[in-house]
Amino acid sequence: MRLSSSQRETLWAYIFLIPTLVLFGFIVLYPFIYAFYLSLLEWGIFGNSTYTGLRNYADMLKDNLFWKSIGITLHWTAGVVPGIIAISLLIALALNIPTLKLKGTFRTIYFIPVVTNMVAASFVWRWLFEPTFGVVNYFLGLLGLPEPGWLASTKWALPAMMVVGIWKQIGFAMVIFLAGLQTIPKEIKEAARIDGASRWQEFCRIVLPLLNPTIVFVAVMLVINALRVFTIPYVMSAGGFTYGVPGGPLNSTRVFVIHIYDLGFRQFNIGYASANAFALLLLIMSVTIIQMKLIERPFEY
Amino acid sequence: MKGADYVLKVLVYFSLAIGVVIMLLPLVWMFSASFKPLGEVMRTPPTWIPLQPTVNNYKEVFRQVPFAKYYLNSVIVAIIVIGSVLITSSLAAYVFAKFEFPGKQIWFFLILSSLMVPFQVRMIPLYRISVSMGITDTLFGVSFPWLVDAFGIFLMRQFIITIPTELIEVARIDGASEPLIFWRIILPNCKQALSALAIFTFAWNWEEFLWPLIASNSNASRTIPIGLQSFAEQYGSNVHWQMAGAVVAIVPLLLVFMLLQKQFVEGITMTGLKG
Repeated sequence: MRLSSSQRETLWAYIFLIPTLVLFGFIVLYPFIYAFYLSLLEWGIFGNSTYTGLRNYADMLKDNLFWKSIGITLHWTAGVVPGIIAISLLIALALNIPTLKLKGTFRTIYFIPVVTNMVAASFVWRWLFEPTFGVVNYFLGLLGLPEPGWLASTKWALPAMMVVGIWKQIGFAMVIFLAGLQTIPKEIKEAARIDGASRWQEFCRIVLPLLNPTIVFVAVMLVINALRVFTIPYVMSAGGFTYGVPGGPLNSTRVFVIHIYDLGFRQFNIGYASANAFALLLLIMSVTIIQMKLIERPFEY
Repeated sequence: MKGADYVLKVLVYFSLAIGVVIMLLPLVWMFSASFKPLGEVMRTPPTWIPLQPTVNNYKEVFRQVPFAKYYLNSVIVAIIVIGSVLITSSLAAYVFAKFEFPGKQIWFFLILSSLMVPFQVRMIPLYRISVSMGITDTLFGVSFPWLVDAFGIFLMRQFIITIPTELIEVARIDGASEPLIFWRIILPNCKQALSALAIFTFAWNWEEFLWPLIASNSNASRTIPIGLQSFAEQYGSNVHWQMAGAVVAIVPLLLVFMLLQKQFVEGITMTGLKG
C-alpha cells in the first residue's frame, strides 16, 4: 500500500515524537493526574488511605501553618525580586557606559555567584552570619551597628537568607539586562543628546521604556523562582549545630516548598501535601497569566 | 558638564568596586577558612591570610567524604539528562515547527501548559513511581524526572522555525529519508541553540537539590549538593572541614566557567531572552 504524502507526514511526525510523548506521559502527564488523585485521599496512621473528596483542600484553608508559610514565601519574594532587579539594573547600566574600563572583569566577577554551587554557598553564608565570630557581625560591629543573632533569630533568619538569594541571582539578571541594553540603538540616544536631554531624561524616556519587556520578563522569572525557593532556606536552617529543623527557627523561614516537603516526606501526610502542592500551582499559574496580560499590553513612549 | 561627568565616573567605579568586594567576600572567606585550624576560623577579628596555614582540612574531608564518587554521580546524571533533553527537544521541536498532522495543536498545547506546573506538584507521585519501579537511590532514579523538558522543546522550536522550509523540501525531492533530513539539515542548523540548551540544562541540573534529596539516600546516588548536605549534617560544627568541602564543590565548576565564559553567558542570555 502506498501512503499519500499527508499520511506519510503524519507517520513521520509521530515516529519523531514517540520518545518525547512516551517520556512526557510518564514523567509529566501521569504524575500530574496522579498528584490530583492523591490530593483527594487521606492517610491513616497505618499508611492506609481513604477517599475524602476535597477535604484536604478545605483543611488547608483553615491551616494556620499554610497561611504562615505562604506569607513567608511572599515576604521572600517581595524582598528578593525588587532587590535583584534594582541592583542588577544599576550594575548593567554602569557596565553599559561605553568608556568604562575593566568591563569584562566586572561582568565575570558579578556572574561568579551564579556558577557557585548553591549548597556550598549557603554553608559559607551560614558561617558569615554566625552571631559571635561571623564576619557580617564583625563588620556591623566596626560600624557601630547592632549585631543581630541572624539565623538563630526568628526575626532576622529570613532577611539573612534573602541576602544570599539576592547575592546568588544578581549576575543572572545583570547578564540579561546587559543583552537588553545592547539592543537599544545608539542613534536614538545620540538624537536625544543632541536635542538636549539630560542623562536622567535619557534614562527615563528612552532606556527604561525600551528595556521594559526585558524587565517584565526577568521579574516574572524571578518571581516564579522565588515562589519555589527551597535550597537556600533549607540548607541554611537545617544541618547546622544550633538550628536543626528545616524552616526554623520556630518555622520563621518555613517557605512554602519546605512546608510541602515537610508534610510529604517528613510527616508522610501524602494527600495533604499534594493538596498544598496544587496551591503552589495556582499561585504560579496566576503569575504566568498576569505576565501574559502585561506583555500583551502595548507600552507607550 | 565635564566635571560632573568625572564625578559620576569616579562614583561608578567606586560603587562597582564595593559590589565586587561583597560578591567575592564569601568566597575569599571560604578559601581562607579552608586552610585554617578550627580555632583560627572562630577568631575575632577574622584573619584573612591564615596565620597557621594547613592542608589538614582537605585531608580530613577526602578521608571522610567520597567526593570523587559524588562528582562522578553528578557528571553521570548531567550526561543522562542533557543527552535525553537534547534528543527529545530537537526531534519534537522539528515536528512542531515543520510538520502538519492530526493532534499537533493538542500535543503542543499540553506540552506548553506543563511549563506552568511546578515540579513540587509532580514530586510525590514521582517518588511513589520510583519506589514501585525500584529505582530509588539509583542514578537513573535521580535523573528520570528531567528526561524531557517542555522549555527545551519550546526553545528549539523557536529556532527551527527560522530554518527555510525550502531546504527540507529540496532534500525530500532529492530522495533523502526523513531521519537523514533531520540529521543533515536540521541538526547542523541549530548547533548554537543546542549548545545553549545544553549549557542551560547543565547549569540548573548541577544545582538541583530537592529531588535528589528525596530520591537518594546513600553514596551510591548522591550528587554533589546532596553529598555536601549530608556531610554537613554529620559534622555540623566543623566549619573548617565544611569550608574545605565547599571549595572542592565550587572550584572545578568555577574553572570550567572561566574557560567557557563566553559560551556560558551567551547560553544563559539566549535561553533567558527566548523563554
